[in-house]
Amino acid sequence: MDELTARVESTIQEVGSAASMETLESLRITWLGKSGVLTEQLKLLGKLDPEQRKRQGEQVNRAKDALLSAIAARKQTLEDDAYRARLGAERVDVSMPGRNGERGNVHPITRTLDRIVDIFARLGYSQADGPEIEDDFHNFEALNFPPHHPARAMHDTFYFPDGRLLRTHTSPVQIRAMTNREPPIRIIAAGKVYRADSDQTHTPMFHQVEGLLVDETSSFADLKGTLKQFITAFFERDFEMRFRPSYFPFTEPSAEVDIRWERADGSLGWLEVLGCGMVHPNVLRACKIDPERYSGFAFGLGVERFAMLRYGISDLRSLYENDVRMLRQFA
Amino acid sequence: MKFSENWLRALVDINVERDVLMHRLTMAGLEVEGVEPLGAGLDHVVVGQIVAAERHPNADKLQVCRVDTGDGELQIVCGAPNARVGLKAPVARIGAALPNGLTIKAATLRGVDSSGMLCSAKELKLSDESSGLLELPADAPIGAALATYFDLPDAAIEIKLTPNRPDCLGLAGLASEVRALFGLGAGATTNDGAAVPVSVTTQRTVHLKAGADCPRYLGRVIEGVDARAATPLWLKQRLERSGVRSISAIVDATNYVMLELGQPMHAFDHERLIGDVVVRHARAGERLKLLDERDVDLDGEFLVIADDQGAQAVAGVMGGHSTRVTDDTRNIYLEAAFFAPAAIIGRARRLGLHTDASHRFERGVDPDMPRRAIERLSQLIVSICGGSAGPVHGAEVAANLPVRAPVVLRRSRLARVLGMNIADVAVENLFRALDMLVESTPEGWRVTPPSRRFDIEIEEDLIEEVARIHGYDSVPTNMPRGELSLKVEPEARVRNSQLRQALLSRGYLEVLNFSFLATEQLQAWGLDRSAVALSNPLNNELAVMRTSLLPGLLANLKFNQDRQAERLRLFELGKVFRTEDPPVETPRIAGVVCGSARSEQWAEPRRPVDFFDLKGDVEHLLALAGPGDYRFETADVSYLHAGRAAAVYRGSERIGFLGCLDPRLARQLDVAGDCYVFELDLAPIVTRKVPKSREIARFPSVRRDLAVVVPVAIPASQVLATVVAASGSQLKESFVFDEFVGKGLPEGTRSLAMGLILQDESRTLTDADVEPMMASIVAALDKSLGAKLRG
Repeated sequence: MDELTARVESTIQEVGSAASMETLESLRITWLGKSGVLTEQLKLLGKLDPEQRKRQGEQVNRAKDALLSAIAARKQTLEDDAYRARLGAERVDVSMPGRNGERGNVHPITRTLDRIVDIFARLGYSQADGPEIEDDFHNFEALNFPPHHPARAMHDTFYFPDGRLLRTHTSPVQIRAMTNREPPIRIIAAGKVYRADSDQTHTPMFHQVEGLLVDETSSFADLKGTLKQFITAFFERDFEMRFRPSYFPFTEPSAEVDIRWERADGSLGWLEVLGCGMVHPNVLRACKIDPERYSGFAFGLGVERFAMLRYGISDLRSLYENDVRMLRQFA
Repeated sequence: MKFSENWLRALVDINVERDVLMHRLTMAGLEVEGVEPLGAGLDHVVVGQIVAAERHPNADKLQVCRVDTGDGELQIVCGAPNARVGLKAPVARIGAALPNGLTIKAATLRGVDSSGMLCSAKELKLSDESSGLLELPADAPIGAALATYFDLPDAAIEIKLTPNRPDCLGLAGLASEVRALFGLGAGATTNDGAAVPVSVTTQRTVHLKAGADCPRYLGRVIEGVDARAATPLWLKQRLERSGVRSISAIVDATNYVMLELGQPMHAFDHERLIGDVVVRHARAGERLKLLDERDVDLDGEFLVIADDQGAQAVAGVMGGHSTRVTDDTRNIYLEAAFFAPAAIIGRARRLGLHTDASHRFERGVDPDMPRRAIERLSQLIVSICGGSAGPVHGAEVAANLPVRAPVVLRRSRLARVLGMNIADVAVENLFRALDMLVESTPEGWRVTPPSRRFDIEIEEDLIEEVARIHGYDSVPTNMPRGELSLKVEPEARVRNSQLRQALLSRGYLEVLNFSFLATEQLQAWGLDRSAVALSNPLNNELAVMRTSLLPGLLANLKFNQDRQAERLRLFELGKVFRTEDPPVETPRIAGVVCGSARSEQWAEPRRPVDFFDLKGDVEHLLALAGPGDYRFETADVSYLHAGRAAAVYRGSERIGFLGCLDPRLARQLDVAGDCYVFELDLAPIVTRKVPKSREIARFPSVRRDLAVVVPVAIPASQVLATVVAASGSQLKESFVFDEFVGKGLPEGTRSLAMGLILQDESRTLTDADVEPMMASIVAALDKSLGAKLRG
């Protein structure tokens, strides 16, 4: 019997180093198959006396269990190895580029405009729209520009033969919005505007955002606060700001807003970024809003300037060249 | 408005630095646009006179001058060609540090000692160029500091005046404003001097035939003037530093008074005016040769100054040529009038002019100024050109003279609009400083502005004045309070940002083009027919409103192809315009692609972009609005390839096109390779349904594939439509998954393989259910399209 034990042990050794499933299987058949060594031994047990049968039985069964578990363990190892080898063979170069990962991006003006509109949306301003081909009434007259008034000369206007014009500012949207709704009004109008002017710092078409708030309590102090917050929200930093008296026919008092901006040479200077004011009572009246009961403020800004400041664009005209090398920088 | 700082300071005594003055002006709404400092570095530069000049012993082009500088003579070697005995010129003494950087030291020039330098205007930075020494007038006082003599240092200051402040278009008005800004109290100090004595009786009768437009017209004759007299240096300097060129003494004096008092005036040659002066509207067809020698045609819109011969000046704009003052003029007729802004506005522009006079009269000139101004001008002319003045005479229509009505300001309104309280006394002082008359009322004040302030008419005008003078900086910074009401955003509307995102995710870049372009550009596309043309385009390249986004996009494509970009995917979202009454503006989204289908990569074979790549992009975009009833049909579009063009429909509405750019057009536009384009109206693709959930079927579906041979002319959509029509409600989905043309098929036919998904809500379908249905589909395909099962 000791001989059997020794043989089993050496077989277990053999199992542990079996290189393939086939070797393992043939060892199993040799020992545990229908006429395997241990199978034969078990068959012989019946012929032994009970005492011997018990002892020998235990011994054989122990050998069988040991062998079985050695085979199972080896099988697992071989399977794991084969699995690892397979995965290894299926390896890809993860540094190669993925398929169709390409993505475009919006134009910097859209990006800036969306950002501005979003900021005001958070304050409850909703977006309003109007036509780009306007009539004199909405672009000028209702905004308190009398016919031939010198203030009109501040707007180099494009006209059509029928007297219509390309809106010179987004302010006509104010008129349309106030005519169509009841206070309290908080609207933001964004879009293209046109002026007959073209040089290094002017394009004949550009973008404006105009804000308007009309309610029973708004004041110039509220206007200052709103714009201060807007500038901070847009640039994500604080600026020294100043409100400078100015003149727009549709607001009074009117102001231009300057921020303290670092110039290219590092020095600080005032830079005009916004125009604003309290809505002129004539404008409220033109929109059938009682100026005694309601007051409001309005502000307007040039989107191009904000885009240039925010993203460090040095040449206004590059915004309308649509060079993809430029556009891709705004991904 | 540009002016000399010293001139302003002569009218208002403020003891503040230039920077402080500039800042205060800017912060009061009189924005300083530019400051040009003049005459710095003139210490030790004095008026000298050359008393002797000899040729330099060792240099042909140099002279050795002896120069009288008041306290002794200096020997100066000078190379200027105009150095000559008797000439008065600036002398920089030893120790002078000139503005051009030169420091004057004792020197020896070619062996001759030189103790100082005779200077040119350029060396003193008084002019940008000069030839030789600056020649000073013969009466220049020898030894005087040049700076004092020239009223230097000074600065030419330019302020950007808003149209509501014509009162500051004269230095007197500006001085009043400065007085208020620095709290110097009310009351302008005038240094106009004494009225000239009236020594002749000559005058003209003045008739005001348009009293509302010209309610006040003053005239004065001055006889025996010397029109050739030289303009005094001080006057010339003030004009030049204010940006006005010196012309002749009488013109200069007129301009001087205009700059000083803001009153534009005119001087006629008295001898050339015949008869009475009439201020009237021009007659239809009346012509006048203006001072600038242009003949202009007038009509009843224009106000003119006429005599017996006809119109002699366009009121408030420009005088006439035939009655102008010339060097030979002996007797002059001065005009100082008030013209109502409404009578002048736009008139100069109609004549293609913009004059200093029209600029002021359009905005409003103080109606009380003419008398003061005509006295001031007379005084200047008599002192410079001599002559004997006649009486100031004229006519006025008192009822038509503007009267500044008192304006009520309520304390509560002031506080509400500004969002702050200001002490009553501060408000009152501030108005008084602005030369306004203030009366207290229980609610606030009644304020009467001075005659020059055309801009003060309503309560808000006063509120602005308070804020302006008190300082916008003093207004607190608050946040508005209001209702927190949520705005409703319809879910059934696709936002523009979503459309953009859809295309970005397919690799498109957004571009932005001008809304106008050249007519020819649209013509090339055959899209010029209903284009709206501008009356006053900047140039031919920007003459008409775009009727399509595509020409702009193709121009962008070409621009980038020319810069080494081969593969491009661009889109734009914007409006197009069409003539109609009123013109129609349609928002659209359009795109263009060219180059390979995928960006350069390793994983798939490279192939050029084709119709179905673009169609996929368009379908991706359309899918934002949910499963809509979109159709793509063959279309005949002038700018698209006849075989690769589709119109897109939603329901019965045609919403746009897509396809390959017509190759001839592509060649004409000079773009490389096949370009595919699409353009869709925005409105029909941004409405969708809010989803409504229903139960999913509990029984499995069955798939049957079907391959049929059909004539190539029959579109796949028709084949599928026939399948759908022939099936019952159990057909849930049908799609083409293969197309085959060629070997084994009859000429002119193709095989289409379709997948059909069938399902019943109440049970599992069996072959027995499906077979009859398939048979009827096959029969229908045969019957209506001649399609045969592919065997």
